[in-house]
Amino acid sequence: MSEITLTINGQEVVAQEGQTVLEVAKAAGVDIPTLCNLPELVPSGACRLCTVEIEERGRKRLVASCVYPAEQGLKVETETPQVASGRRLVLELLMARAPGVKQLTEYGIRYGVDPRKFDDTDADMCILCGICVRYCAEVKGLNAIGFVGRGVDREVMFIPEIAAKECADCSECFRLCPTGVLPSNYGINRVPHFDFPPNSFCKP
Amino acid sequence: MSEQTTVDMAELLGRYGGDKSQLIQVLLEIQRRKRWLSAEDLEAVSTSLGIPYTQVYHVATFYKAFSLVPKGKHSISVCLGTACQVRNAPRLLDRIVDIFGVKPGDTSQDMQFSLDTVNCLGCCALGPVMMMDGQYYSKPTNEELERLASAE
Repeated sequence: MSEITLTINGQEVVAQEGQTVLEVAKAAGVDIPTLCNLPELVPSGACRLCTVEIEERGRKRLVASCVYPAEQGLKVETETPQVASGRRLVLELLMARAPGVKQLTEYGIRYGVDPRKFDDTDADMCILCGICVRYCAEVKGLNAIGFVGRGVDREVMFIPEIAAKECADCSECFRLCPTGVLPSNYGINRVPHFDFPPNSFCKP
Repeated sequence: MSEQTTVDMAELLGRYGGDKSQLIQVLLEIQRRKRWLSAEDLEAVSTSLGIPYTQVYHVATFYKAFSLVPKGKHSISVCLGTACQVRNAPRLLDRIVDIFGVKPGDTSQDMQFSLDTVNCLGCCALGPVMMMDGQYYSKPTNEELERLASAE
């Protein structure tokens, strides 16, 4: 592990190679909002709230700081107008999916978002941050909960065969859910059984 | 009802030798041979490759190439892409629904035909186009469709 130096908000910071920009910023006391980041989990860059602006060879772009590796000489800005506008949009989209969540509301006030900008008639409160899924797989090693489907149909679901055995004694993921919807999903979102005789699937 | 294709899972999984990176290939081969993936298949793949069932299920529901419900003997894809759309593909779809007696996304009662809509079949000049068992049909007439529907 070699030491590197980078600049965060104009201030020189020393970091270890292999750290992410978010880790370095946190250690330097710079506050970056996050939802899907937990220190004990592998970062996944799901919520995009930790967006920061980096400058490489004179070009500026927005990246998710929780998955962006710190590099020698990197210039990072955490609160530019571009960053704020990016976070604002992310928050507005998340708030459409999960209205009335305390943490989102607090961030929303900070960035001046319009909580009703987008109207999601199908708001199911799950922002697909994957904290529960990663916690179950990485920390507990139980894999009782997982992502199912793709794109707009993507959902977090408990796998009944495993959940029935393991979840009653654990349920540690419940308190980690940023929107608090997970405990109610435990009762509802179970993967559908597809073991019926073939013809029972055919609709007339 | 057509004969249910059986697959020697032990033989199939044995050939891949528990190589985790072959997950999609294994699932594709099962799908190709029996036209769908059952809960038991996913379970067997999970055990054999040492990949959590949750992850196998995630992959199986992610790709459109996999089906978790039994598919018919013949698969029909009707293109509803832009070029076919302006050449009246919805009308072709309606005729197919009528003649084959199966709705998009469904399989007919006798397990003969599965109907799906796709967004392009890569031959827009032939539109409106449909595909059955890998064979392309351009602007099929009702007679042609009926001939296909009566073929076993």
